[in-house]
Amino acid sequence: MSQAGWGLAVAQALLYVALAPLLAGWIRKVKASLQNRRGPSVLQPYRDLRKLFAKEARMAHTASLVFRAAPYVVFIATWLAAAAIPLVTTKLPTAAMADVIVIVGLLALARFFLALAGMDVGTAFGGMGASREMFVSALAEPAMLMAVFTLAMTAHSTNLASVVDYQLLGDNILRPSYMFALAGLVLVAVAETGRIPVDNPATHLELTMIHEAMILEYSGRHLAIMEWAAQLKLLLYGVLLANVFFPWGIAEGTDPAALGMGLAVVVGKLAVLGAALAVSETVLAKMRLFRAPDFLNLALLLTLLGLLSHVILEVGA
Amino acid sequence: MIVASPLVLAGSAVALALVSALVSLYSARVPQLLRQLVMPLFALAGLAALAAGLGALVQGGVAVAELPLGLPWLPWGIRLDALSGFFLCVIGVVSFAAGVYGRGYVRGFERGGDSLPALGGFTGLFLAGMLLVVLADDAFLFMVAWELMSLSSYFLVAFHHDHAANRRAAFLYLLMAHIGGLSILLGYGVLASFGDGFAFDAMRDAELSFGWASVAFVLAFVGFGMKAGLVPLHAWLPEAHPVAPSHISALMSGVMLKVAVYGFIRVVFDLIGQFHWQWSVAVLAIGSVSALMGVLYALMQHDLKRLLAYHSVENIGIIFIGLGLALLFLSTGHPVVGTLAFVAALYHTINHALFKGLLFLGAGAVLHSTHERDLEQMGGLLRRMPWTGVFFLVGCISISALPPFNGFVSEWLTFQAALQAWRLDSGVLRSLIPITAAVLALTGALAAACFVKVYGVAFLGQARSRHVRRARRVPHSMRVGQGVLALLCLLLGVLPTYFIDLFDAVPRQVLGRGLTQASAHGWLWLTPIAPETASYGAPLVAITLAVALMLGLWLLGRGIRRVRRCDAWDCGFAPPTATMQYTASAFAQPIRRVFGLLFHIDEGLEAQHNGRLRHHLHVSDRAWGLLYMPVARLVERAARHVVHLQSGNIRIYLGWTLATLLVLLWITA
Amino acid sequence: MSLEQLPLLQQLMLVLAAVVLFTSFALLEQARLVAAIHAFAWQGVLVAMVTAIVAASGGLAHLFFSAALTLALKALLIPWMLHRLVRRLELDRHREPLRRPALVVMGALALVIFSYWLVLPLVQQELLFTRNIVAVSLAVVLIGLLMMVIRTQAVAQVLGFMSMENGLFLAAVSATGGMPLVVELGVAFDVLVAMILFGVFFFQISESIDSLDVDRMTRLTERAEDDS
Repeated sequence: MSQAGWGLAVAQALLYVALAPLLAGWIRKVKASLQNRRGPSVLQPYRDLRKLFAKEARMAHTASLVFRAAPYVVFIATWLAAAAIPLVTTKLPTAAMADVIVIVGLLALARFFLALAGMDVGTAFGGMGASREMFVSALAEPAMLMAVFTLAMTAHSTNLASVVDYQLLGDNILRPSYMFALAGLVLVAVAETGRIPVDNPATHLELTMIHEAMILEYSGRHLAIMEWAAQLKLLLYGVLLANVFFPWGIAEGTDPAALGMGLAVVVGKLAVLGAALAVSETVLAKMRLFRAPDFLNLALLLTLLGLLSHVILEVGA
Repeated sequence: MIVASPLVLAGSAVALALVSALVSLYSARVPQLLRQLVMPLFALAGLAALAAGLGALVQGGVAVAELPLGLPWLPWGIRLDALSGFFLCVIGVVSFAAGVYGRGYVRGFERGGDSLPALGGFTGLFLAGMLLVVLADDAFLFMVAWELMSLSSYFLVAFHHDHAANRRAAFLYLLMAHIGGLSILLGYGVLASFGDGFAFDAMRDAELSFGWASVAFVLAFVGFGMKAGLVPLHAWLPEAHPVAPSHISALMSGVMLKVAVYGFIRVVFDLIGQFHWQWSVAVLAIGSVSALMGVLYALMQHDLKRLLAYHSVENIGIIFIGLGLALLFLSTGHPVVGTLAFVAALYHTINHALFKGLLFLGAGAVLHSTHERDLEQMGGLLRRMPWTGVFFLVGCISISALPPFNGFVSEWLTFQAALQAWRLDSGVLRSLIPITAAVLALTGALAAACFVKVYGVAFLGQARSRHVRRARRVPHSMRVGQGVLALLCLLLGVLPTYFIDLFDAVPRQVLGRGLTQASAHGWLWLTPIAPETASYGAPLVAITLAVALMLGLWLLGRGIRRVRRCDAWDCGFAPPTATMQYTASAFAQPIRRVFGLLFHIDEGLEAQHNGRLRHHLHVSDRAWGLLYMPVARLVERAARHVVHLQSGNIRIYLGWTLATLLVLLWITA
Repeated sequence: MSLEQLPLLQQLMLVLAAVVLFTSFALLEQARLVAAIHAFAWQGVLVAMVTAIVAASGGLAHLFFSAALTLALKALLIPWMLHRLVRRLELDRHREPLRRPALVVMGALALVIFSYWLVLPLVQQELLFTRNIVAVSLAVVLIGLLMMVIRTQAVAQVLGFMSMENGLFLAAVSATGGMPLVVELGVAFDVLVAMILFGVFFFQISESIDSLDVDRMTRLTERAEDDS
């Protein structure tokens, strides 16, 4: 089992990397069709990445080693965090590593280096992006961890595989705490991945950027790695929402039939989530930065209510 | 190899510290003595303390001895058990690094007008005081050593006494140290009166009712909390720590605050010995408030050392959150989780000593090279001081609690302890504990934001002033001192199971049980409760990160493939200058705006006569207006009433003496 | 009885009770009056749904009628009347943001925890499930009262009062399976009459002092009356 298990774990990690641009392309396609356009093909992000890898990478005169190393650190930390989340099956040897707090910590490490890279060149835009990113994430982190705690207090574990198994075991249970945690986590995911209404990933106006401002100076393969990392982060949150709150369909063993079904189900769930994100991005407008605290306070309120409903309504005595 | 018993090693550490103090008396005549003899002796004392601590932890027993000093009926007793051993390690490792670092650092004082004997002498006495506090086995020696520690650090804080602000800071520090010491003494008094004696053994056997135990607890909490820097008794910390010489600031923030934590653990967990949930709620509340307020104040600072001092307030808050959780779970009958919380607090203690020491040594290196403490003048230092920059980055990542360094491990353990709140019976506590954990998460995120600001503004980007643009490299010994601490930060982050096993004697001795299941699944997995509940494979994460990083750099970087340099993006206008960069105040502005209610912010823009605009920003601590000024006014008013006693007439003074004598004779009859 | 052992309908009741709590938070925080009225309407819908579920699971036919009454009154009629009133008083664009939103929300959360602590002594096994919903209802009542304290706009105070009534109704329905029909009809009629009176009075007050700010109606005090 161990050989096949580790092989599957590596395959799952590679699958994450391979699927990430597809999700981004799908969201763009749905948005385009909502705006009555044909839009670029779903495989366009792969072509963009290939083009960027072929181009020359340049650095500003004032950039240092941190600027050069940051894309690799960001990508690898995000990838390591993503690779631990059960995608197709819950019975992998990497499941022991899938501790939610470790995943949040790895994402924080990626964000730390991303912000440092923004400040490294010594321009106003990088500093602005770094300042805004740390501000938004500081407000989003308590909401995210409250949602995680609600899950952990219910399943008595912070290990994601255990949480998914717990959810699969009990049948037909409506939990108000999970509902609130899901709502809060959706808002946090939108803020952390830099989508509308918190940040516009397609903007060209520097003063409206948060994530784009930090990677403004990157080019060539560095930019490709940074973009891929951002897509990977979006996929990570999508899989987290899909497989933790609606885990039905995920494989619980390693036989090929279950794996195939698990893959098909998760691709379907991600397609639905991506379409929902595209719809919300089309309907909502980007908020100004100082309305972001209201947005994140709503997320925090929802997750707090989730915790309180767990304590008050769900636990017996 | 000479294998001395840990107690002998500890004694030799104290002796070495005192010798280094003595030797520095000659440095008035021979300035190089400080650098060549005193600091190495100091480092050696630290090493001896570290060896003694490790020996005590590994052997696990209790070693006692009696010194021929002290009062005739109360000789000074020394005790080296696992708890003392742990804190000896903490003191020893940071003192060793500070001693090595100090060799290069004190060179800057040799030609100035400052008194070198004072610097060396009081540093040695400071270390000796701290070591004796940790080794003390009775209240008398404890208080004497505590006073020695406070007084010698007062003289060190007042080292640059030519500035009035430094004198004020030193006075505030002395005042609050003594108020805290008084509270501790009263606490010992309560314990001693029930235990019939000042020796710790007698106090341990004392039978205290809940009321009296709470009185002793409150006195100990106030006294040790004041010394550790808990809100609202923290006001001396950001004043005193920045003005001391940098290796002393490292010792004060990294070690002295931990000695206060040692005192709290010794009195509450060991001597009083009872656990009540009401105490834990108080400790948790004050710990959370300290953590949050500390980090928020730190975000508003742009003086590098003051910022680091406020972060010490935050981390002490986190340690007390861990201790509060331990008290809570131990008092409600969950010893396993209580032990976990206790171990988490201990781990964070040593982590904070390491990374705060590292950060202060780095700040001292920056000060040494650029003579600048203000973040708004720095920039681009990574290119001028590469080693200091790398070590400081390690410190920043560690204090932001990011994997794979040590800060993450202690924060993970604290979260795991808090998440076991579902075992509690009380529903109210079951909902309040996760809220505390969310506050902890908020402080972690804000700390990361603060250190992105510090590192980005100070070390990255372009230099904002001329003298920073010309910063020199620091001497070799200063880099070695920082390197030792940075390496330890990495080791404690990557091999947590090994270190928890090493420290296991402490909970076994204090609480009666160890945390053996933490490393029960091999050195690879840290499983504090059970593997299904939570597991952290620290070496796995670290190795994967390192291997993948190197693989990526090799595959894509192809060795040293040169990257072409060009100008930064400037929107087509004039090229960006150093003044167009984000300043530290600008970086923190969104957070300042959202949390502004908690501070007293005085920000303004005034037009000057030459047509230019001037922006000023002062952020002050609300605790001054709410607590300190009213208390000071009350004391002054009371003093004005009492001063009427001083009538000047000698017969009235004699009358008071007679009256007091009569009352005392009557009471003791 | 843990969550897994409860039948599906009762789990649905828990979910709806939790969402009712969320709507009372939404009512507390809303700056715009029209949005607050909509939140109140949704609260009425949810309370009606809870009543219907209690009726379905207990087989109490008269509760269906009272569910329909609640829906008609609390979700349709009263919001419509308030909406009309707001439009007549030209307050529909009026925004009144909270001055210290963080403190208010923290206070509301503390009230939730406090009401949970209050009902903890009711530990009889059969009442466990309903005890938790009673805790939520008590929290809704207290938050409604908090809203009346915090808000200065008179229409917002009416909403707070009405949401208190919603909370009491929810407690009655879940704990005791509803009140006798006569009592319910009486209460509903009282609420309706109160609404009509509010409408008339607000119009008069607005005409005479040209504002509905409650802080301006402080003439009835012992201090010297020297204000203009």
